[in-house]
Amino acid sequence: MNIIVCIKQVPDTSEVRINPETNTLIREGVPSIVNPFDMYAIEEGLRIKEMIGGKVTAISMGPPQALEALKEAFSLGVDEVILISDRAFAGSDTLATSYTLSKAIEKIGLFDIILCGKQAIDGDTAQVGPELAEHLGIPFVTSVKKIDEIREGYLRVHRMMEDGYDVIETRPPALLTVVKEINEPRPPSLKRKIQAKNLQVPVWRKEDLDVDEKRLGLKGSPTQVLRIFPPEIKGERKILEGNLEEQIYKLVSELKGLGIL
Amino acid sequence: MDYFLTDAQKTIRDIARKIAIEKVVPSRAELDEKEEFPHEIMKALAQADLFGLYIPEKYGGFGGGSIDLALAVEELSSACLGVSTTFAANALAAYPVLLFGSEEQKKSFLPDIASGKKLAAFGLTEAGAGSDAAAIQTTAKKEGDEYILNGTKQWITNGGEAEIYTIIAMTDKSKGTRGASAFIVEKGTPGFSFGKKEKKMGIRASATRELVFENCPVPKENLLSKEGMGFIVAMRTLDISRVGIGAQGVGLAHGALDEAVKYARERHQFGKPIISFQAIQHMLADMAILTESARALVYSTARVIDSGSKEYSKESAMVKVFASDVAMKVATDAVQIFGGYGYMREYPVEKMMRDAKILQIYEGTNQIQRNIIGQALIKEAASKK
Ligand SMILES: Cc1cc2nc3c(=O)[nH]c(=O)nc-3n(C[C@H](O)[C@H](O)[C@H](O)COP(=O)(O)OP(=O)(O)OC[C@H]3O[C@@H](n4cnc5c(N)ncnc54)[C@H](O)[C@@H]3O)c2cc1C
Repeated sequence: MNIIVCIKQVPDTSEVRINPETNTLIREGVPSIVNPFDMYAIEEGLRIKEMIGGKVTAISMGPPQALEALKEAFSLGVDEVILISDRAFAGSDTLATSYTLSKAIEKIGLFDIILCGKQAIDGDTAQVGPELAEHLGIPFVTSVKKIDEIREGYLRVHRMMEDGYDVIETRPPALLTVVKEINEPRPPSLKRKIQAKNLQVPVWRKEDLDVDEKRLGLKGSPTQVLRIFPPEIKGERKILEGNLEEQIYKLVSELKGLGIL
Repeated sequence: MDYFLTDAQKTIRDIARKIAIEKVVPSRAELDEKEEFPHEIMKALAQADLFGLYIPEKYGGFGGGSIDLALAVEELSSACLGVSTTFAANALAAYPVLLFGSEEQKKSFLPDIASGKKLAAFGLTEAGAGSDAAAIQTTAKKEGDEYILNGTKQWITNGGEAEIYTIIAMTDKSKGTRGASAFIVEKGTPGFSFGKKEKKMGIRASATRELVFENCPVPKENLLSKEGMGFIVAMRTLDISRVGIGAQGVGLAHGALDEAVKYARERHQFGKPIISFQAIQHMLADMAILTESARALVYSTARVIDSGSKEYSKESAMVKVFASDVAMKVATDAVQIFGGYGYMREYPVEKMMRDAKILQIYEGTNQIQRNIIGQALIKEAASKK
């Protein structure tokens, strides 16, 4: 199987602070990491390869320093990495990003499975994966927590839902976005990490892709951010604990106390 | 302190630290409580290429030496000594092959150890032969193309879990220490079985079992070096591996010190954090002094070994004694700083204190190490005259 994993370099939000005036992230001085959900996508790609053979390619669209994220993917065991980077891509929203990624994947050509993290922890939109599948005209399943069966022409996965999971059958080539329940990422390999230091990462620029310039970067991004704010918490909540009987008992006495019953 | 580690060595330390923090710390209490073998962690260490640090590249290793192994062992030990013992016992078993094996033997056994595909164990101790290793009763009798092993090895780390065993047995009892030989024995050989898993005070994630040989045929190709070399194989191996015990001690002490500092800042009594009391600060200072001194001794001795020196038996005995005594003291003091909470299983220092004790016992007790140092001093003084 040819597996493509899309990864993004993000600020380590456990180290990030928020500017209280603008409600935006203060990115200066914050270390960059591979988006944590993408780490699960890389691990799943490697597991598929170990199980049924194939090749794993990691791609990332981002500024030149995003090659560090690709080097990390390499040290985990992916076979090939490609950086998609050009000034013309700067300011892309999810639509322009997924368009550009789709063009890079068309250039790679053959693929069976594309894996993405469920969402990136900086933007949290969860849009790029599904949009990418739409651009490529292939089926997609989001929030996958288990690949149940995978073989030539057949794929069955578990999609995580709030109250359980869906079993979904589809047919490769397909795109999956994965959640953290899917696996436990491996540590980097010492040998590959040392190789990665001198790794020549191929960089694909605008000219390397068959793209419509109007759909790139800021120009190709219809999204407008009006305001960013933390969600308001409305009303008081109370979570009742204990077994069902205890909870019912507590609920009844609460309601009686409020004069509802 | 900067120990002038190379970039590769820093990478080794970082990867081992990452595994210690992400995989070992979250599971150590449960592994200890359930006395469970750390299969998942061993898999992660294999994926990270850490099993082959000291094994040459041509046998699938990383091509480093004692210092590289010590760095990894130290990081793992700061999180859990049971895990690091399981890991380090592989080196104890591989060194006899590395130091004394033929090209054929190295080619057939080292790659699987280096990749972590197979675990290994070293079997010298018996019920009646601990410090007095020369008293071993296990025999290996040559019959045609085979040696037939009979006897029981006791308290063998990784017993039952390992695939490859290096075993010391007597080929000629009449020759005393010159009648011992070293063999490679594979799990699954007829007549080779395991006793029950021991219940231990500490390092409970590690598996310690008896190895039982009943008319067990070992191909003569599996004899390491020559007949009669068994004790030399064992002693040269232990000379090197003692530095690993030192690294375990440094790691454990470092882990206990970190926990103690963290706790002393959080715990308030008499309206202040207890770290504001000079009595606590001085204890912490002494713990830090000892830990750093032990680390300096481990790294410098490891570098002496890696430089190709042949004479390091006394120094490696010093490393083993000092670092293990440091670990015991620092862990005990960490429990003291935690007070009653330190005595409870909810906090990691209780386990660290239980674990530390083994370092003063295995791979030659600290009394035996002092004997080695004492004899070396006598020999040195005599040769000056
Ligand atoms: C958890 C665990 C794991 C182990 N793993 C392995 C393994 O993987 N492979 C292996 O081969 N062995 C292993 N051992 C065995 C270990 O190396 C021995 O326990 C150790 O060498 C001491 O031997 P002993 O226990 O028989 O003590 P003894 O030799 O009976 O010693 C008892 C006491 O007498 C002291 N003593 C003995 N002789 C002298 C002397 N001449 N001078 C001064 N004091 C002396 C000792 O220091 C000690 O305090 C393991 C042991 C344990 C507990």
